[in-house]
Amino acid sequence: MRSITKEFPGVKALSDVSMTVKAGEIHAICGENGAGKSTLMKVLSGVYPYGTYTGDIVYQGEVVQFSNIKQSEEAGIVIIHQELALIPELSITENLFLGSEIGKHGVIDWTEAQIRARELLARVGLDEDPDTQIKNLGVGKQQLVEIAKALHKNVKLLILDEPTAALNETDSQHLLDLIVGLKARGVTSIMISHKLNEIEQVADDITIIRDGHTIETLDVHTGVDEDRIIRGMVGRSLESRFPDRTPHIGEVFFEVRNWTVQHPLDSSRLVCKNESFVVRRGEIVGFAGLMGAGRTELAMSLFGRSYGTWLDGQIFKDGREIKITNVRQAIAAGLGYVSEDRKALGLNLLDTVKRSTVSADLGRISKGGVVDSLKEYDVAESYRKLLRTKVPTVEEGVSKLSGGNQQKVVLSKWMFTDPDLLILDEPTRGIDVGAKFEIYRIIQQLADQGKGVILISSELPELLGLSDRIYTIFEGAITDEFPVAEATPESLMRSMTSSKKDALI
Amino acid sequence: MNPLRQLFGGRGSNAGQYGMIIALIAIVIIFEFWTHGLTLNPTNVINVFQQYSYILILALGMVMVIIAGHIDLSVGSVAPFVGIIVAQAMSQWHWAWWQAIILGLVIGALVGAWQGFWVAFVRVPAFIVTLAGQLIFRGANQWIGNSTSVGVPESYQTIGNGFIPDFGPNTNFSNGTLLLGIITIAALIWTEARGRAKRRRMGAELVPMWVSVVRTGILIAVTLLGMYLFGAGAVGTSIPVVAIIAGILTILYGFLTRNTIFGRQVYAVGGNANAAALSGVNIRKVNFFVMANMSLLAAVAGMVYVGYAGASGPADGTGWELDAIAAVFVGGAAVSGGIGTVAGSIVGALVMALLQNGLQLIGAESNLQQIIRGLVLLLAVAFDVYSKTQGRPSLIGNIMRGLGVGRSRPAEGAAPEAPAADQPKSIDDQSKVSLP
Repeated sequence: MRSITKEFPGVKALSDVSMTVKAGEIHAICGENGAGKSTLMKVLSGVYPYGTYTGDIVYQGEVVQFSNIKQSEEAGIVIIHQELALIPELSITENLFLGSEIGKHGVIDWTEAQIRARELLARVGLDEDPDTQIKNLGVGKQQLVEIAKALHKNVKLLILDEPTAALNETDSQHLLDLIVGLKARGVTSIMISHKLNEIEQVADDITIIRDGHTIETLDVHTGVDEDRIIRGMVGRSLESRFPDRTPHIGEVFFEVRNWTVQHPLDSSRLVCKNESFVVRRGEIVGFAGLMGAGRTELAMSLFGRSYGTWLDGQIFKDGREIKITNVRQAIAAGLGYVSEDRKALGLNLLDTVKRSTVSADLGRISKGGVVDSLKEYDVAESYRKLLRTKVPTVEEGVSKLSGGNQQKVVLSKWMFTDPDLLILDEPTRGIDVGAKFEIYRIIQQLADQGKGVILISSELPELLGLSDRIYTIFEGAITDEFPVAEATPESLMRSMTSSKKDALI
Repeated sequence: MNPLRQLFGGRGSNAGQYGMIIALIAIVIIFEFWTHGLTLNPTNVINVFQQYSYILILALGMVMVIIAGHIDLSVGSVAPFVGIIVAQAMSQWHWAWWQAIILGLVIGALVGAWQGFWVAFVRVPAFIVTLAGQLIFRGANQWIGNSTSVGVPESYQTIGNGFIPDFGPNTNFSNGTLLLGIITIAALIWTEARGRAKRRRMGAELVPMWVSVVRTGILIAVTLLGMYLFGAGAVGTSIPVVAIIAGILTILYGFLTRNTIFGRQVYAVGGNANAAALSGVNIRKVNFFVMANMSLLAAVAGMVYVGYAGASGPADGTGWELDAIAAVFVGGAAVSGGIGTVAGSIVGALVMALLQNGLQLIGAESNLQQIIRGLVLLLAVAFDVYSKTQGRPSLIGNIMRGLGVGRSRPAEGAAPEAPAADQPKSIDDQSKVSLP
């Protein structure tokens, strides 16, 4: 790939990215969340057609111009997305040949399909009846079906986007072995992964991408260690884009002990593994972790068990254990949760600013179940002024606001519930720099009022710039704890990408 | 804001209805000429209310069901199921009319609890639950009544075809109607004045005085017209009791949806169930009560209709669910939930009722009536959907523009309509958020 540049409205996702993948190798791509890895792979596989990007893709010595996935697949390039593209209600056989059915004149030859399916399953080492429905397979086995599907398409270049993110360790190992096995048979693989140990284990070359640029390509065989990769991934200085603040930290008032939560659908997976942490009054506690590490899962399961199946663990507030089994109890106990997905989980986009602001605590402006519209207006208006939300009147629909202003409405909504502990999940995602600064200021003010703030973020500079203390999470477990003064991007990244034996808690 | 928008109170959520007000007026005028003045004849107007009040009553419950993102197909069976029991209670067990009414309300609530249970707690889609309910309660009606009609006593029929009693000096006009009209006018003026005072205290944007005057003036004119139509009919007629029942229920449900926590929660669940769950709304409770309330209102509609018809029959209520659903959608509700108003639905119900009445008056055959009503529903909603996908301010904006009053202002369109496309499609609390 030569000089690939891809722009989305307002953002340059990739600028002048070049990388070379040799035939028959396993090539890993590393980078922070949002660095542009997935975008690059989508360009390569024709998801973003020729013409929407600039630069050349040279494949087997020729410049290729794919206008859709079908063309790239005919050329032998198959991408397996992070979100698997299998149809749960159909059988393995039906999924394997979906879009490339075996048969004549539109009539499927099921006998032939069965035979071929068995062959393919044998090649990926999956011992299952081809008639099994996909929904009855675990994620690991589904991943294998995806690879079998790719093999059916005569794959020469296999692209895997975080293939092991959702797998447990046994399944991950099996998958990695399979990829190495495919290499022996001449299949080249490109693998995006956050798990540096896995990369070290299987990759031949590593390309590091940061902020839409290729930083470097490392040859694993010449001795590259995790530190070297991490330096490439984070190597940038912290800009001074955070408001100044002198923290006034009080005593511990919120404590979570041995929090253990099961995945809602897959009972063999734990999304929170025996996690314990504390929050002090007036403290901003950062949670660092890569996507899929279980940060949101932790936050949502704490907030009224809104995610997964609770197995074990206690919550203590002001020294007393509190039982929270639903969102209302969580709000009553003084918790607030600003979700990472503003549009899907944070706001009713059909509502006005006014109604959204009061929606999490209507009881406070009501008498006998009747909402006092005067108070409602006053509350909404005062938060509009306090947070400087840019909106002509609070009667305006929230859907018309920019991302930053929508986020301010969500913040008002939770500030109005007057929480003692506010959990902020990616509070600045999709927000421009100016609004970010204002939201940082609001977060700091909340802490200065003596509230506890949990800040979950994928941006290390944001965590380092705002937090007083940072926990790192890897695969559903807290791996480390840093006072902010001792944390560096490198040390955080190390604890975010590997489990540590000598974890502090 | 253009003056017309201000006049009709285009405050976001009730944007869907003033287009329909224009449509309603158009229907009235067209049929008034077509029938040579029969449509607005007092006798006919009274008849319309007595005959079609069930649409008004059902629309009140249906709009909440639809706002919450569900549907209820069973109302046309639940109503006669309650009707036949009430009729039996009076004719065979010799219960007093008021005892029978209480029984009817209790049964309506029980039926509602049954349907609410399946929708809210077992999470069977309301479409299926109420489709089953349609069969179950239709069958139950015919089983209880042996597929025959059961008559009800005179004393009971008052709630269906009676009028408010007359009193005082003979003025050649119904004194009761006069009194109610005066009270209504006073209430209208008081409401407008209080609204202005409130907005002034809030420091909110205040509409110009003339808008208030004209708006109140129009409403008073409508009230006066209503007084004339109800009061100047044949001797002994005045405001039908059913119109009073429907009126009180309308005010009640309008208040419930606009001003109460429960009303907010219904909109929140329909607008974005996941966000509602994470804001502490008990989604099951909301779904349960919305479904239960619909059946309760179906019971009221069924009892009123039995009074009007004088008997409960095996084929009563056929197609009522469609009348009610059509009224709600014509009144500006969204199929995907989260949008709709009581006021809009009442206008929609009047559109459906007057259309049917008008077609009857001009002597259209019943098959043709059905075709026309079907087309009206389809076109009303299709036009709304089309307007939304174009990013335009919906039906109303287009009508305004057609009349040459509104300027094109996509940015200022009806607030709740624009984002329909990127609103998550979840109806139930089943996706991202898991509830205990």
